Amino acid sequence: MSQIHVSTTVNGDAVEFLCEPDETLLTVLRDRLGLTGSKEGCGSGDCGACSITIDGRLVCSCLALGAEAQGCEIATIEGMAEGENLHPLQSKFLEHAALQCGICTPGFLVAAKALLEKNPDPSETEIRYWLAGNLCRCTGYDKIIRAVMDTAEEMKAAKS
Amino acid sequence: MRYEAPETIDAAVTLLAGEKGVARVLAGGTDLIIQMSGDMIEPDLIVDIKRIPLLKQISEEDGGFRIGAAVSGAELGEHAGVCALWPGVVEGVELIGSTQVQGRATLVGNLCNASPAADSVPALVAANAVARVIGPKASRDVPVSEIATGPGKTSLAAGEFVESVFLPARPDRSSDAYLRFIPRTEMDIAVVGAGVSLTLDENDVCTDARVSLGAVAARVLLVEEAAKALIGNKIDDKTLDNLAAAASAAATPINDKRGTVEFRTKVSGVLAKRAATIAADRAKGKK
Ligand SMILES: Cc1cc2nc3c(=O)[nH]c(=O)nc-3n(C[C@H](O)[C@H](O)[C@H](O)COP(=O)(O)OP(=O)(O)OC[C@H]3O[C@@H](n4cnc5c(N)ncnc54)[C@H](O)[C@@H]3O)c2cc1C
Ligand code: FES
Ligand code: FES
Repeated sequence: MSQIHVSTTVNGDAVEFLCEPDETLLTVLRDRLGLTGSKEGCGSGDCGACSITIDGRLVCSCLALGAEAQGCEIATIEGMAEGENLHPLQSKFLEHAALQCGICTPGFLVAAKALLEKNPDPSETEIRYWLAGNLCRCTGYDKIIRAVMDTAEEMKAAKS
Repeated sequence: MRYEAPETIDAAVTLLAGEKGVARVLAGGTDLIIQMSGDMIEPDLIVDIKRIPLLKQISEEDGGFRIGAAVSGAELGEHAGVCALWPGVVEGVELIGSTQVQGRATLVGNLCNASPAADSVPALVAANAVARVIGPKASRDVPVSEIATGPGKTSLAAGEFVESVFLPARPDRSSDAYLRFIPRTEMDIAVVGAGVSLTLDENDVCTDARVSLGAVAARVLLVEEAAKALIGNKIDDKTLDNLAAAASAAATPINDKRGTVEFRTKVSGVLAKRAATIAADRAKGKK
């Protein structure tokens, strides 16, 4: 197979890579660009551990091809903190102990961030539905949901 | 395998028609990429249609809406016009997968993947939606019910693909609804799905209806007997019982781990009834 040359933007930086035509974007991020924050839980769109945004839209990177990234704006978990400063969601996940093994955490954070950008004041039900495509084997979800609700409160308070 | 992302419909047609091996359209990829990574199919060419501007559009046409083949579920759900005119179609699409899957999955991909349990298809069939098929020969308009011919099989000829789906205009006091049964609340494949589209007159008598069932036959069923149970009647308990009986009678499901024949047959009637009730309530709210 001849490789495809792709120019894209990842977390605000211009990035170029070569990939096989059938290689997923998740594989490209992890194995070619060294961005191993996005995890492969299932490789079939069921677990959300590979969540990223493409042009602002939350997607599973295991369900996109590297080639499809041409000209797109990609955002991954690696772009969430600003240097040493954690994103409020990251701080709240720590505060609420919303993780144990942590393999699902990058996906939950990326997905929750996309939710709060679209809906800064979600109800608990809205949060649970939005995150239904993110699976966690450890926490039992409640702490994750509470961390997201608490972040929304705090971000609202910070704005007003 | 080659990956191509043409920017015009003509270029896509040329690529698809010119491929001697197995060619596949790539829309959201939420079925195709899984089929490829599971080695269920090994295409020689995939044609990504998301770079064709026309296919990314939802446009108003003759009082209805034309939905391009590359429009994602998330984009469709954000379109106020389609949500108001065809809420049942939108709710069918929005049941597909998670938020992440919605960011990619398309209505047309759901149709062309030809799963008997595809969630948007019963609502499209109830809506009498029309697919525009493009290919090396003249383009043709085909009722959506004629696209899937069996599990994973379509009536599309080599080199053909669906450019868009047209949802027609509707009279006042018309609406639709789609419901599915799954054992959990999210992220599962329909055990049974039911779509109902109807029109009421000023006395709440049903003047027009289409009823469809998913996951209870090799392809989505249009159940004319069930529509007949609604037309000419008010949507009351007696009418709904007749509708349920007709829907259950039309179901020819299989036994599998998701549900037995008996269960699916019964649930076909129950869901048809509930979907008709929702569609009627929605129709009453429209002028
Ligand atoms: C985690 C997960 C959950 C899911 N849940 C559901 C669910 O609840 N309900 C449900 O119905 N589905 C579900 N699906 C299946 C899938 O998401 C849908 O069928 C989706 O609508 C497919 O659309 P797509 O754009 O991703 O299609 P693609 O994967 O791009 O294409 C699907 C098939 O259709 C063909 N195709 C696509 N576009 C065209 C076109 N314009 N012309 C001709 N052929 C075309 C492709 O070649 C391919 O064979 C789920 C999938 C995943 C991964
Ligand atoms: S790895 Fe992508 S959804 Fe599980
Ligand atoms: S913390 Fe282990 S899977 Fe979620």
